[in-house]
Formats: sequence, structure tokens, C-alpha cells
Amino acid sequence: MGNFSQKIDRFIEVFIDYNGYLKVMEGLKNTLIIAVLGLVIGILLGTLIATVRVVPKYKRLPRILNTVCNFYVGLFRGTPMVVQLLIFYYVMLPILNLHMTGVQVAVFVFGFNSAAYISEMMRAGIQSVDPGQMEAGRAMGLGFWPVMRKIVIPQAVKNILPTLGNEFISLIKETSVVSFVGAADLYTAFNYIGSNSYEFMVPYLVMAVIYIVLVLIISLGIKLMERSLGKSDRRH
Amino acid sequence: MIDVINLEKQFGQNKVLNGISVTIEKGDIMVVIGPSGSGKSTFLRCLNCMEDPTGGQIIFNGENLADLSVDINIHRRHMGMVFQHFNLFSNKTVIENIMLAPVYVGCSDLKKIKRKNRSTKIKNLFSSSSQQELLPVPMTKAQITANAKKQAMELLDRIGLADKADVYPSTLSGGQKQRVAIVRSLAMNPDVILFDEPTSALDPEMVGEVLDLMKSLAKEGMTMVIVTHEMGFAKEVANKVLFMDEGRILESGAPDEFFGNPGNQRLKDFLSKVLS
Repeated sequence: MGNFSQKIDRFIEVFIDYNGYLKVMEGLKNTLIIAVLGLVIGILLGTLIATVRVVPKYKRLPRILNTVCNFYVGLFRGTPMVVQLLIFYYVMLPILNLHMTGVQVAVFVFGFNSAAYISEMMRAGIQSVDPGQMEAGRAMGLGFWPVMRKIVIPQAVKNILPTLGNEFISLIKETSVVSFVGAADLYTAFNYIGSNSYEFMVPYLVMAVIYIVLVLIISLGIKLMERSLGKSDRRH
Repeated sequence: MIDVINLEKQFGQNKVLNGISVTIEKGDIMVVIGPSGSGKSTFLRCLNCMEDPTGGQIIFNGENLADLSVDINIHRRHMGMVFQHFNLFSNKTVIENIMLAPVYVGCSDLKKIKRKNRSTKIKNLFSSSSQQELLPVPMTKAQITANAKKQAMELLDRIGLADKADVYPSTLSGGQKQRVAIVRSLAMNPDVILFDEPTSALDPEMVGEVLDLMKSLAKEGMTMVIVTHEMGFAKEVANKVLFMDEGRILESGAPDEFFGNPGNQRLKDFLSKVLS
């Protein structure tokens, strides 16, 4: 494998001398921006959708909203992320006459996409909360939404935190497709290094390691959060 | 205080309440007994519209709660409710459980006043002739919270759980949970408290502490409607007992007469089973 150390040398050369590290930092930054903002949008929108879907459906408005949300979830779960990116970038933007960078587009698409998945998780989470909690809140004279916000959703979030962590992890990994719309992520950065050093073995391995490290850090963070949110269950 | 007139409730084709009419006066301790499936819990839950009645009227403070256009949340603030399974908020500490509703109601009233004042100010800017006066702001948010906290501590002192103020409900025993749930409903200074089988989910040795608290409330003149299987409690504390079966009130009266000399055959059977 004398060959391999040569390859590492080539990689380091491009990484440092040809500003490869700048590209990687840029890519890492974009990957994190897209995944984190995507997750934030996803949680906010997903919670809203989930709540709309668990509202009692006696009246017409909740039923209409419910249908809209069903359609939304079906649409975004039924198409691959790449297709959504391409459609948003090459179809929606020209039609709406908007100008957005690839990263901005990716943030929105990731947000909308994960909202569809998170809404389903959140719905399961909300339904796993004892209905008595809602009853007790309503019996005190609080409205549906305040009880939802103060009592039910915090408990639901606690219940679904592990799955929410999964969603974040898969968002991080899926950012590797945003180069389809010209956003520079980790994949683009290492691809740049690879094509400049005429060898791809080491860059792609390093890329994999970076993804793994990112994911490990996130899982650790989630574990810590679970512990701090779980204090209301602990008997002491 | 509460006039129930010909109350009906249907779940699909299943008629659970068949025209209940009853009057609850201020200071009444009304106990509702009956076999399971007789509709007594449904009756109780209809009183504060946890289940929407499908017919009849519930007149509370001069308004018909069965009318769906009434803002039920306002009226529920004057009706406490205690549940069989306590339903303490498990993500809140004991004291937060008690403070939640008073703080929320206080703050939302405050917000309403502030919003009103803002719009008056804007109106005043544009009309030089008629200056409208601003509404007085009664308390700041911090004061509301402090008051609620003080009241909550007093309530916890009363049930001897002041040292449990900052623990989560999951660490309490059943009896403690139910007592906290009762003072939680007291925190809103309700006109009436509805008890839905408050002791049915408790260990036998914890029933006493909850009943004692309810007795002390009764002595203070709190109006209470209680669905229960505790016949001893009914005899001792109630001033009105209802017997329900198949969604109807079959017998009602003062406890002496009710238990001593039951007229209705169904009630006789029921009492002979539960009292033996």
C-alpha cells in the first residue's frame, strides 16, 4: 500500500495548499445550516400540522384544514427530496419570479420535507399523551390551544425526542443531495478536492468520517436532552 | 346555582341521559350514586360541558351552558373538576400545577386590558376633541405570578404538602396526587366543584385522607357535586343524594330518608348489594 500514503499526501496537498480546507469549512457550514434550519422549520410546521390533525373535527374548518394537511403530508412524503429540490429550484422559482440561492432553496425544501415526517411523529406523540391531561386543562377553563401549547406538546416532544433525533440525523445525511441545485455542501467540497488531486479514495473516506463524527455528536446531544427532559418521570 | 332542565345526552344511537332535571343550590353537597353504566359520570361531565349535551338546558349563573355559542371556558373557570385518575400535569411540578390556571387567566385578562388601552391610545391620537380614558392596569405579570404562588403555597400548607411544592407529580402517592388535584381546582376559587369518582383509583388506606379533605371543604360551605361509591361518605356529608339508573334519576332526597327508607325497588336492590 505504498500507493496509499502517496494518495494521502496528494489529499493533504490539495486540502491545504489549494484551499481545500476552505471549501470543506464552507461545505460543513452549509450542511449544518441546511440541516438545522430545515429541522427548525420542520418542527414548527410539523407541530402545527400535527395539531391541526388532532383537533376535534365537529366543525367544517378543522375538517378542511385536516384535508389540506393530509394532502401536504402525502405530497411531501410521496416524492424524493431530490425531486422536490429540482422542482422548487427549476419550476417554482421561475414561476414565482423569485431569486434564491441554492442554500436558501435547500433550507426551505428540507424544512417542508421534514415537516411532513415530523408531523406524523408529532401526531403519534400527541396521541400518546394521556387524554386526561387535555381534559384537566380544559376543565380549568383554558382553551384547546393553550392546553396544547403548555401541557400536551411539551409531553409529546419528550416522548418523540429519540425519533426527532433520527430525523435530524437523516437530514444531515441527506444534505449530500443539495449540489443538485448548486449549493456547496460537504459532498461538493470533497468532490472539488478529489477532482483537483485526481484521486477520490481519501477525500471520500474523510467525508464519511466527518459525517459519522457529526452524527455521533448529535446523538450525544440528544441523549443529554432526553436526560434533562426526563426529570419529570424520575422518582427520587 | 345550577339548574339542570331535562338534560339529554346521546352517543350515536346510545341514549345515556334521558331527561335529567335537578337543581343544585349554593352550599349543596350532592352525591350521585348508581350502578356502573347508569350515566352518572356522563351527567357530571355534562355539567361543565366536558361532554356536550344533546338536549335540555344547564343554567349556571344565568346562562345556558348547553348552548354551544356560550364561551364555555369563562364558565369552567367557576367550576372546578376533580377526576378519578387525578390528571395532574406530569410535565409541571406540584406548585406549577396549582398556579397554571390562575396565572394563565390573570395574564390573558391583563393582555386584553393592554390591547384595549393600546387601541384607545391610537384613537386618542387621531381625535383631539374626545379623549377616552385608559383602563386601569390592575397588576403586572410578576404580581400575578407572585400572588398565585402565595395562594398555591397556602393551599399546599392546608393539605400538609408544602414540602412537595417543587417535585413532579410522578413522585407522589395516589392520595397525595388527588389532594393536590383538589386544591388545584380550589386555586380558581370556584363556585362549585365536580368530583368524578375521586376515590375509586386509590388504595383503600388513602381513601380516608381524600375524603377528609372533601369533608373540610363541605364544612366551609363549598358547593359540591360528587359521583362516588362511598356510601358512608354520602350518608355523613351529603345533604342531597341522587340515585341514577339507565340515564334517569330514580330517587332523590336527603340522605336519612334516602338510605333509611328507600322507596324505589331498584334502589333497594342496589343498596342491599353495596351496603351488605
